[in-house]
Amino acid sequence: MVKRSLKVTIASAAVALSSLAGTSAQAADVKPIRIGFVTFLSGPAAGPFGVPARIAAEAVVEAINTGKAPAPYNSKGFGGAPIELAIIDEAGGATKQVSEFRNLIERQKVDFVIGYIGSGDCLAIAPVAEELRKLTVFFDCGTPRVFEEGSYKYVFRTRSHATMDAVAAAKYLQERTPGAKTLAGINQNYAYGQDSWNDFSAAMKTLHPEMTTTTSQMPKFGAGQYGAEISTLLQTNSDIIHSSLWGGDLEAFMLQANPRGLFKKGQLVLVAGEPYLHRLGSNIPDGTLIGARGPNGAYAPDVPINRWLKDLYKTRTGLLPNYPAYSATMALLGLKAAYEKAKVAKLGSTIPMGDNKGVKEEMEKAYAQGPSTEDVIAAFEHLTFDSPAGKVRMALGKGHQAVTGTAYGVTKLVNGVVTLTDIKYYAADQVQPPEGASSMDWIKAGMKPQK
Amino acid sequence: MNQLLAVIIDGILYSSWLFVIGVGLTLIYGVMRILNVAHGSLYALGAYAGSSLAGYWISHGYPPLGSYAALLVAAILVGLVASPIIERGLLRLVYGKDEVVLVLVTYSVFLILEDLIKLMWGVDPIFVPEPYGLLGSFSVGDLSYPIYSLALVLVSVLAGIGLTYILNYTRQGKILVAVIHDRETAATLGVNVRLVYFLTFTAGAMLAALGGSLTAPTISVQPGIGVEVIVLAFAVVVIGGLGSLGGAALGALIVGMVRSAAVHYVPQVELFSIYVVMALVLIIRPKGLFAVPEARRI
Amino acid sequence: MKRDTTLLIYLPLLVLLLAAGPLLPKWAGFLVNVSLCFGTVVLGMLILMRTGLVSFGQGLYYCLGAYAAGTLDHFFKLSDVPLMILCGTLLSGLVAFGLGFLLARYRDIFFAMLSMAFSMILNGLLVKTSELGSTDGFNVSVHSFAGIALAEQSVRYVTYSTTVTLTVLVGVGVHLYLRSHLGRMAEAVRDNELRLEYMGTSVKRLIHINYVLAAALAGMGGAMMAVTVGHIDPEMAYWTTSGEFVFIAILSGTGSTLAPFLGSTVFETVRSFAYEYSPNTWQMTLGITMLLVILFLPGGLWSMFNRQSGTA
Repeated sequence: MVKRSLKVTIASAAVALSSLAGTSAQAADVKPIRIGFVTFLSGPAAGPFGVPARIAAEAVVEAINTGKAPAPYNSKGFGGAPIELAIIDEAGGATKQVSEFRNLIERQKVDFVIGYIGSGDCLAIAPVAEELRKLTVFFDCGTPRVFEEGSYKYVFRTRSHATMDAVAAAKYLQERTPGAKTLAGINQNYAYGQDSWNDFSAAMKTLHPEMTTTTSQMPKFGAGQYGAEISTLLQTNSDIIHSSLWGGDLEAFMLQANPRGLFKKGQLVLVAGEPYLHRLGSNIPDGTLIGARGPNGAYAPDVPINRWLKDLYKTRTGLLPNYPAYSATMALLGLKAAYEKAKVAKLGSTIPMGDNKGVKEEMEKAYAQGPSTEDVIAAFEHLTFDSPAGKVRMALGKGHQAVTGTAYGVTKLVNGVVTLTDIKYYAADQVQPPEGASSMDWIKAGMKPQK
Repeated sequence: MNQLLAVIIDGILYSSWLFVIGVGLTLIYGVMRILNVAHGSLYALGAYAGSSLAGYWISHGYPPLGSYAALLVAAILVGLVASPIIERGLLRLVYGKDEVVLVLVTYSVFLILEDLIKLMWGVDPIFVPEPYGLLGSFSVGDLSYPIYSLALVLVSVLAGIGLTYILNYTRQGKILVAVIHDRETAATLGVNVRLVYFLTFTAGAMLAALGGSLTAPTISVQPGIGVEVIVLAFAVVVIGGLGSLGGAALGALIVGMVRSAAVHYVPQVELFSIYVVMALVLIIRPKGLFAVPEARRI
Repeated sequence: MKRDTTLLIYLPLLVLLLAAGPLLPKWAGFLVNVSLCFGTVVLGMLILMRTGLVSFGQGLYYCLGAYAAGTLDHFFKLSDVPLMILCGTLLSGLVAFGLGFLLARYRDIFFAMLSMAFSMILNGLLVKTSELGSTDGFNVSVHSFAGIALAEQSVRYVTYSTTVTLTVLVGVGVHLYLRSHLGRMAEAVRDNELRLEYMGTSVKRLIHINYVLAAALAGMGGAMMAVTVGHIDPEMAYWTTSGEFVFIAILSGTGSTLAPFLGSTVFETVRSFAYEYSPNTWQMTLGITMLLVILFLPGGLWSMFNRQSGTA
């Protein structure tokens, strides 16, 4: 009985909200919602990740503010309030980012923060977000450590963590190259490169206990010259070559390795190969396994909301959005969904029952106030929302960490254009550990699907 | 055996690259006593200019071999534009200051150029690989290498020989050596020190840019490439002895070989092998391998 | 004998900063806090610079201090503010004592380069160590002060006031040291080493002492930074971090022990507002600021005050 009446109230509030959204948003001056957006604007991560994310964020915000996003995001702004972005550069390392995060909140007075591509930055920011009680959505960093080592109230991440990239690649190869015996890797010598290699080689060894590692090359981040590494990889003659290189480093490696015949025998796996894939052209051999860190880009489902993002991005850049652009969009849409859910819930709870006097005023007041950060958090936890890359469930980290499925496919050059074929999709529970489990333990224990 | 051969070839190829990026630095330090941090930015400028020009050349369907000329022209252009601005416009004002202050001045130039490059070329990496594959490849045992890498070896050998010849066997070179040894006396004897400094800086800047433009076709030119190059060039030049050409060559060879051996045999230590070598050399020879002895002044 | 005005500035400064702590907007308090940590490292560089030496590798000790503090929390759960800072200071001082035997023989650019090489080796080792989080580093949390458990809301002010108090203490300490017999000899080393040797002083020993002091201060700055920011990573030992310290040192000038703190506050403020108002050109802003200072205030920012008061 109680439940039913609550449902009815929420439903009626939702109706009231949508009718109010039309009127008071235009008539009254609704205070805009300021969102701090932190992304790489300089350094090697700016080109492939930072700037595409920024372009997508700006385009999506513009579309949301004018009410041009597809359903269920077609209300204007966040529940009627227009959004403003305050964009800052993520470069400079975690120490500087902590300072800038504080400045963003206290000087620029942002209401929410969306940001961070670097895992180190995410790890450093999380406790500060907690201290300052500011709802912060990580949109692109991958390390599972954020919610496996910590527990946060104000911090959310709307993309899956990086474990699934390794697990799904290993599962794909189990079918594609069942006879593989030897494994080699070339990854940048920093946390993401090391984690990516450790996860992947552990997953491969779990699936093929007889697999041996021939060499694990760890060139410096931004090294550019891979001659000696390529010679070593050539001499090991491995069945599988794993790499999490990205951006300019990946292009340089492919350019130097392909003419030397490195990929003639070995199966190449590029777990973060999707951005810039189109630029590699004939420098990438057919049959390379490509990851997009989720069902993003070419792996995204052909649904209206995805077509909308593609059009939006293409009109701005002439290109299709890459995975960081999807990540940024997911964060904005997730926050919008949580905000509006909270607003509806709040509106529902403030509708006076029984007495009809002052109902309109009360509702307008509740509408103008908007939900508190705590309300939005309550709505965000365990939320399921729609995105251009499919459904996103905030299922891990006590409802703060998203899980999605993922996809892998292999390249095929068609008329000089790199396309992806043999695409396989993996459900979230097949490639991600259940709540409470550490990623590495779960991989070593056999990667059993969660319930 | 085969692996040892690969170590040596990879080492030589990497060494010649290191020499090209280090030689301009040691030249400028030798003459002007400036450890030029902006060397890395000039390298980056060369890389951007080189790939832009070569990319323009190729996309307009001109004969592809001409792209090599485009790379060369780009390096010369960078030197001709950057040198008057940096040397005449700025460094001239701070000559005679402490060596460290001069490092800081060039560090500031580096910071400014980093953003300037970003404003001019954006942050998207520039990818112009055509000149790299044009020459084909050669094989040693079961390993194949692109001929372009050999060309880089040739360039570095030519640069080394050319500079050595100029310094030791030409009148201008001898004047330069005079300035290195004693600036004041040289000036008193009628040497135009200003001009010598300007020409040296221009040559150094061109060499830095040449390193960048020749590297450009083998990589994807992205923001931040200058930062990585600076420390490498420092290491090479310091190991050899600052200001010594032969030192730079030997330094490049040592660093290149050590790194190549590390990659082949113990990839775990590749990241800091260069700095271990640098520390060891400085511990044994405090002023680098080819240091010029200096009189202590009371 | 000129009156020592510097000491007269430190006490009111301490009271002022302690009192201002709770009143300042949080971001400004944090900015002051971070600036003081940087300032402490640069104060160490000031001792070296008075000796005529510039290190391009102070990041080594800064990072060591921070990791000493961080590992105490991370592996031993001893997240006590004074203990962490003490350990950071001691570890850096100790390592410097060892390396000092070697580095005391070096001068000029070779001193700078060798110290840079050591710092880059530490950076490489930390990047390779996934137990310490590789490049991602790890978070450092603070739970007690000298054994007294801290409430969550008070942590910020406790780290702030600890930093303020310690920086003032070391500022006064270094000031007195530089005015002492031993301290004044530092400048003699810079001016003419050989003459000093003839007078029977061991220049090597003097440099060794100053090197250890500078390293201990860098370690202290690093440990304070770790508890202030709550996160550490190997970037702290990368050459650009050391470059920043040299940058602040030259910006500040060596005129007074107060100069590093002024310089680091100006640096942090410029950087932070440049981030906000010109996110695409903040590096350029810093570079231009530095050039302007070098060209128009050759003695660093502190020379502005010197000209007015006439004291050194």
